Amino acid sequence: MLSFVLRRLLQAVLVLLTISFASFMIQGKLGDPVRQMVGTSVSVEQREALRDELGLNDPTLVQYGRFLGQALQGDLGTSYYYKESTLTVIANRLPATLELSFCALVLVIVMATPLGVFAAINPKNWLSRSILLFSTLGLSIPIFIVAVFLMYFFAIEWRLLPSFGRGDTTQVLGLWQSGLFNKDGLMHLLLPSVSLAFVMTPIFIRLIRAEMIDVLQSDYIRFAWSKGISAPRIYFIHALKNTMLPVITVGGIQTGTLIAYTILTESIFQWPGMGFLFMDAVTRVDAPLISAYLIVVGLIFVVTNTLVDVVYGLVNPRVRIPGYSA
Amino acid sequence: MLVRVLILGCIVLGSLSAYAAQIRVAIDADPISLDPHEQLSEGGIQYSHAVFDPLVRWRHDGSFEPRLATSWQMRDDNTMRVTLRDDVLFHSGNAMTADDVVFTIRRLKRSVDFKALFNIIEDVDKIDAYTVDIHTKHPYPLMLNILAYVFVMDQQYYAGQDDVIKFGETFASKNVSGTGPFIVEKRIAGQTLELVRNALYWDDESDGNVERLEMIPIRSDSTRLAALLTGDVDIVSPVAPVDMARVSRTPGISLSSIAGTRVVILQMNESRREEFRDVRVRQAMNLAINQSLIVEKILRGHGVAAGQLSASPFQGHVPELTPQYDLERAKQLMKEAGYEEGFRVTMMAPNNRYMGDEKIAQAAAAMLQKINITVDLKTLPKAQYFQQYDQRVADVMMLGWQADTFDSNNIYEFLLACPNPDTGMGAYNASEYCNPVIDSDIRHANREMNPERRVHALRQIERQIYDDAVVIPLYWQSIVWAAKSDIELDHVVNFLNFPYWGNLEVER
Repeated sequence: MLSFVLRRLLQAVLVLLTISFASFMIQGKLGDPVRQMVGTSVSVEQREALRDELGLNDPTLVQYGRFLGQALQGDLGTSYYYKESTLTVIANRLPATLELSFCALVLVIVMATPLGVFAAINPKNWLSRSILLFSTLGLSIPIFIVAVFLMYFFAIEWRLLPSFGRGDTTQVLGLWQSGLFNKDGLMHLLLPSVSLAFVMTPIFIRLIRAEMIDVLQSDYIRFAWSKGISAPRIYFIHALKNTMLPVITVGGIQTGTLIAYTILTESIFQWPGMGFLFMDAVTRVDAPLISAYLIVVGLIFVVTNTLVDVVYGLVNPRVRIPGYSA
Repeated sequence: MLVRVLILGCIVLGSLSAYAAQIRVAIDADPISLDPHEQLSEGGIQYSHAVFDPLVRWRHDGSFEPRLATSWQMRDDNTMRVTLRDDVLFHSGNAMTADDVVFTIRRLKRSVDFKALFNIIEDVDKIDAYTVDIHTKHPYPLMLNILAYVFVMDQQYYAGQDDVIKFGETFASKNVSGTGPFIVEKRIAGQTLELVRNALYWDDESDGNVERLEMIPIRSDSTRLAALLTGDVDIVSPVAPVDMARVSRTPGISLSSIAGTRVVILQMNESRREEFRDVRVRQAMNLAINQSLIVEKILRGHGVAAGQLSASPFQGHVPELTPQYDLERAKQLMKEAGYEEGFRVTMMAPNNRYMGDEKIAQAAAAMLQKINITVDLKTLPKAQYFQQYDQRVADVMMLGWQADTFDSNNIYEFLLACPNPDTGMGAYNASEYCNPVIDSDIRHANREMNPERRVHALRQIERQIYDDAVVIPLYWQSIVWAAKSDIELDHVVNFLNFPYWGNLEVER
């Protein structure tokens, strides 16, 4: 177990180094941060002086070296716009994104599992066919169209739900601004998380259905039928458990997609989370914030996939991950 | 008895609500800091007008109205004496005096963004508690235009911690004490700025009745509009041209569109392209572009087709210089210049800076094709675009210019004067046009104290530019706000796009 964790840590460090290097390489291409922060009448000389002050005129590798040196001390730079440590800025926005992703994931699980299982058990049923049709639609419609449609109908036409922002939040445990514990916050959560869930669900329905059909034809299920075990037990205990193995793996990989989708969803609903923060940082060429965001997201990705591997080991004891001996 | 109580209750509630309006405003960019001197931007000045007061401010008709200054007169060519109000309190409780004005002007001279405007001021002296003398380096006709940017800051409050820097946190960027109609209650950068009415505000003539004003930056045009349509916010700006028809159709929502002064132009780089050095080619290009069509089709009428640089409130504006569209004449000129077969040029434009910028660039490219000029167009987000713009990487470039002084000469200085890195003149002259006569006219107009002669000089420059077809003016961008119908926006928004929120009246 220890060597597994160590190996993963080493991988994480490599991943983060690569990400930070890549984020530095693109910085010059995004535009001049100084130009974004000054009025039009500020002279070229003044701008150059500011660039010098920020060290932007040094060679990229020198800048990168300086960045790594500070990063080793836990300092990922100061945001130009927020004038605060980038990690603080991101930490302030993290709860909003985590809550949004969490709600979307709950919706995905609640919808995908029963629908996928149903479609597998009754492959010829008209309902199964419509589930599949729906999932094809969901796969092929981009999320911003879904989000804009939902906003148009639910917020503008029918006036049922708010159109932007996070609404009221409550302080939880003194460190978490949460929108999950009051009505206004939940109302605000609904549209963005449904948009996210709408595009994430189909792939899981299809995956669960395909795997389940496969599993239902395996020998041990037939044996279970012949032993006379009840249908619900066969479907939901014996078959579903094995169906879940690939689903968990794909779920881990889908974290990346989820993060990408939160950027779009948050921009459309003006959701004050990390994705929106990132889009804003890109328009403002807030370079330190862009790098820090990419690194934090890289870290989240590595952590989620490590957790997925651990869970995989728990669900399926037959699997031997190198270095992981439970 | 019960009925009486109820009636009384209704009256009390009614009178309360008349003075308790809560307004939420969604804008596209919030001020980057609570320090009014940190950035000279539209968002920053809009904020300053709510939380601070300038010495003087513009009226809707283009004249100046006294604010913290009650009167001003020239003592000699280089000195202006300004008398201040004596009944003004800062939000901190300190009284506003001449010391604060001296402090503010000296601080402005240190600000990276405001330095260029305030450079002209040599120094400022306190005469007595409510009088200051402002000394300029040479006679300067635009003193009031500059004083409209002096948002007086509380010297005692900021004493010892008055750094004004661009990058990094300062006391002033997070703490504020102004004299304005609103007091900052809470700011979350990039999310909200909550203001409450200043109960001790000095201006009793103001009919403003907004008790709480919340400014919310919403980046995306469609989300901002949706927030208004759903009633989540009360006022929004800007409104994208494609949405304007929809907004005007919606009951309960009204649109305010005011002719603005930001001019959007195309600059033809004469040092990159030999063809552009021929005045006939430049004239032909001007004639080939149909400005009115662009305004009508792309901006849906929310702009004014421009044939010159100065918008009509500006002193350099010459009413006769209207945009001309004459394809036959353009072709004729191209033929005379020896370019009947045309040529190929590169063109760049931003795609998220000016109203409809990308579509307008495409339209202009198509129009130039009619006189056989083939345009390779590239559009970029503003952050990348202006980096390229500074390097002058394309033959034709789009630029929008808002004169900070709201005076023609500012446009000429930055866009037409011979580029000179030492003086900063011609910093945005991507035409690389250089005419020493115009340069000296510009310098002259900057010192001319006689209003009539100055107007004449400015118009002279404008005519010269028109005859020389130095740039292709396209349009003056309109300032568009939309609000719920019970909000009297027209009194508040102006051609400067600095709404005076303190005067906002809401009937609710």
